[in-house]
Formats: sequence, structure tokens, C-alpha cells
Amino acid sequence: MNVILFLIFAAIAVVCGVNVVVQTHPISSAISLIGVMGSLAVLFLLLGAEFLAAVQVIVYAGAVMVLFVFVIMLLNAGVEIRQGRALLAQVLGIPLLFAFLGLMAYFTRSMFPSGRDVRFGEFHYGSAADIGRALFTQYLLPFEVISVLILIAILGAVVLAQKELD
Amino acid sequence: MNFFLLSLIKAVVVAFVLLTTLAYLQWVERKVIAHIQVRPGPYRVGPHGLLQPLADVIKLITKEDLIPPYTSKFLYLLAPFIAVTMALISISVIPFGGPIRIFGDNTWMQLTDLNIGVLFVLAISSVGVYGIALAGWASNNKYSLLGGLRSSAQMISYELPLSLAVAAPLLLLNTLSLRTIVERQSGYYLGFIPHWSIFQMPMPQIFSFVIFLIAAFAETNRIPFDLPEAENELVAGYHTEYSSMKFAAFFMAEYSNMVTVCAMTTTLFLGGWLPLWPAAAGSEFLPTLIFLFAGAIALYHGLNPVRRRDAYTFPAVAVVFFVLALIFLVPMLRGALLPLFWFAAKTGGLLFVFIWIRGTLPRFRYDQLMAFAWKFMFPVAVVNLLVTALLVALFS
Repeated sequence: MNVILFLIFAAIAVVCGVNVVVQTHPISSAISLIGVMGSLAVLFLLLGAEFLAAVQVIVYAGAVMVLFVFVIMLLNAGVEIRQGRALLAQVLGIPLLFAFLGLMAYFTRSMFPSGRDVRFGEFHYGSAADIGRALFTQYLLPFEVISVLILIAILGAVVLAQKELD
Repeated sequence: MNFFLLSLIKAVVVAFVLLTTLAYLQWVERKVIAHIQVRPGPYRVGPHGLLQPLADVIKLITKEDLIPPYTSKFLYLLAPFIAVTMALISISVIPFGGPIRIFGDNTWMQLTDLNIGVLFVLAISSVGVYGIALAGWASNNKYSLLGGLRSSAQMISYELPLSLAVAAPLLLLNTLSLRTIVERQSGYYLGFIPHWSIFQMPMPQIFSFVIFLIAAFAETNRIPFDLPEAENELVAGYHTEYSSMKFAAFFMAEYSNMVTVCAMTTTLFLGGWLPLWPAAAGSEFLPTLIFLFAGAIALYHGLNPVRRRDAYTFPAVAVVFFVLALIFLVPMLRGALLPLFWFAAKTGGLLFVFIWIRGTLPRFRYDQLMAFAWKFMFPVAVVNLLVTALLVALFS
């Protein structure tokens, strides 16, 4: 049951991911990206990381992507026109893609030997309490550093935007 | 009886009750607004317009279903579907009552209890924005687009104070499962003040309750925050181009969101299905008393009829009320009906507040709405959360 669900949602995630690139209209790309986020949340749920799944939907699908869609609607971005592709991309694109996939598969195989396959239902530390405890004890310093980093990024964005206005 | 069949029965019952409530909520809203404005409201279809929802449904189904040209068809059809689905799903985690026995099986009066229940409801409601935003964009109409834009901006802004207001009682109750949230609010201080979140020590969550309620008005696009569908400037906002059942889907989504938000407020702040005062002090006889009183009034008007037909209709209504009063005394049904009564009373009271405010307040201007969210609601919610966290850390 778990494996079937995993295959279904993994397939949806991949198809939506490809669709993000293939679609010419920005709104369609954004919708496909929401599909990717949603199926990723289901994959997290299948693996037992329920808190992460909920946060994935709330933050990425519910907040970040709403902002994306909002901006696309506000700018009223139209259909993108496909530019003529370079000869190099036409000839080498697909072989290079397969070479890249092969490299990825090779490194994944060598870094994670077959004895350590992922099994559904083995991971039990995904509840809100577990994540909170980990964040505020073991990973306290990285967590706080990241929050300061995000604050700096926000301030930087405000400063840059104000320069444009003046 | 196996788990699957039991879940199926519960799902069917909940869906049926929810959809009927949605249909009649609209009748209640029209009646209450009408009485606030000193007019009778719907009166023609059935006694006191009681069959009006049925007539509306027939009207909406049989109307011409028009898809305007030059729209993006897929998204245009997807939008009402998303809106109504996301609005209806949340009810599946709301607890209506405690454990009951059906045909020898122990079960809870709740479809399912997730240990991330609160986050689940927040996630579903945050995805619901797409229904409105996409409807506005896909309609290819400037009024729709403005309505969709306003709605997405408004919902992002008010989601922050809403989430912060939810976080504060969670600090007190220390769980994310909605069933456990209600269970941790049981008990009484001094024998009569309930342990509900809004009264619970060390930090009564009254501020969170008010912030949550205000943000909930904005999240459900109700007056005074109904700018996405402000009819004097935007025709009908995001659903201008929708007709027939697709329009009805948006309508249903709006009312369903209202029910969900009120049920969530009840669960988080008002103790869910728990009674206001202990059963030892007679809270279990309250529904019986209410129905007896209502029956007595109906009987009195039946005995002193103003119109000729009152002599027959009012006694019939009185008999219905007396039967209801007796049903609440049957020991077998009581365990299931009393929690349901308290849950329905609290949720219904909040729904009445929603309608009451619609009949009372004017609409905000758009800049006022945004300034209110970011300059008032958000700081207050943050301070409230910090104070709660401090008090919880000090005293418990």
C-alpha cells in the first residue's frame, strides 16, 4: 500500500516538475510547482514526517506559492515566446541529460549502499514535539543563525526596494 | 462491525449534516439580516420561507451554465472545484463529541483524529486561497482579477495573526490533536469556571480569541473584510464570470469556511463539546429546559391565536419541542446528544455573531484593511504570544 502510494505521488511530483519547465505560461508553471509541493508533502507523510508534511503545505504551497501567483497576476505576465534554441543545445541536450542522470544514479548507489534502503514506517521522530526538541537543543545555534540570516535578507530587500523608489 | 464500514457511515452522516447546515445557514443569514433591517425576509416558499434553500438549489442547477470565451478553460473550471473541496475537507478533523457506542463498537464523534490536526486545518485553509485567486485570474475580467488579487493579499496578511493567535492556546494545551485539545480543557476552577482556553490559567486566552475571530472574518471574506467581492466597486469580485453550479460552489465554499472557522474557534477556545458548567450543577438538563420553554411559548400562542391557523400550527410546533425535550432525557441517547448540543450551541452562537456583524458594520477601505492587519493585529498577536509563553514558562 505504502509503496503504491509512494510510486503514485513520486510520479506526480516528477511530472509536475517537468511541467514547470515545459509550460509556456507563468501561471501554469506556478500551478505545476504547487503540484510538486503537494506531492512532496504526501511523500513526507508516507515516510512518517508528519510535521514536515504540514509545514511543507503551509509554508511552500500556502504562502510562498501564493505570493508567486500573486506577483504573476499583478504583473499580468503573458505567454513566453520560445526562442530559437542554439545548435549546441539541440544536438547535445538529450545525451547530456542522460549522462547527468547516469552520474546521479552512480553517486547515489555508491554513497548509500543497498543495505540502507528506506523502509516505510521505520522513522518515528517526525512529530511536532520531536522536531521542536531537536531545533531548540541539538540544532539551536544553526537555527538561530538562519533566522538572523533571513532577517538580514529581509532588511536588504527593503533597502534595495527603497533605492528604486527614490 | 469493521472499521471501514463505521468510518463510511460517519463520513456520510457528517457530510449530510454539513451540507444541510450550509443550505440552511443561508436561510438563517437572510432571516437575521432581514430582521436587523426590520423586514420579514424570505417568506413565500414554505412556512416562513423554510423551503427557500431548496428553491435556490433548483434555480442554481437549472440555470444556464456559461463558460465565457477567452478564458483559460482548465483553470476556470479548476478554481471552484479547489475552493469547495478545500472548504469541505477541514470538517473531517473537527471533534463533535466524546466516545460513544454504536452497535457494540466504541468510536468517537469525529471522523478522524490527526496528531497534527491544527496544522492540517491551517494547511487546508491556506491552500483554499488558490480557488479564489485562480478564479479571478482565469475569468479574463478586470473586476474578477482585482477581486482575486485583493483576496490573495488579504488572506496572506491575515494568516499571520491567525496562526499566531492559534499558537498561544496551543502553548497552554501542549498538543496539536484537536481531540486532546478539547480533553485538556475539561474541569472547573472553584467548581464553576470552566478550564476553557479563554479562561485557563496562567494566561486566559481572551486576546487570542478576539484576534482569531477578527482574522477569521478576513479569512472567510466576510463583512467588514469582504473587499474581494465589494459589489459597489467590483461587480461581484472573483466570481463575476461564474454562473449556475460553479457560482454555487463558491457560495458553498464561503459558508463552509464560516462553519469550519466557527467550529475551530469552539474547539480551540471554547472547550469544544464540554458544558459551560458541571453536570453536577445540572448542565445536563439545560437542553431539556430550553426545549420545554420553547414548547410552552408555542403552546401559549396556540391557545391565544392571533390568526385562525395559529390554533393548529402552534400546538403542532409545541409537540415537536416537547418531544425534543424528552429525547434529551433518554439515558441511552444522552451521552451522544449532550456533547452535540454544546458543540452546536457554541458554533451556532459564533455563526450568529458572524451574521450579526454583517448586518451591523460597514466595509473597510482597502488601505485601512492592510494597515489594520500589519500595524495592529500582527504586533498585538506577537506580544500576546510572547506574554503567554513567558507566563506558561514561569507558572507551569
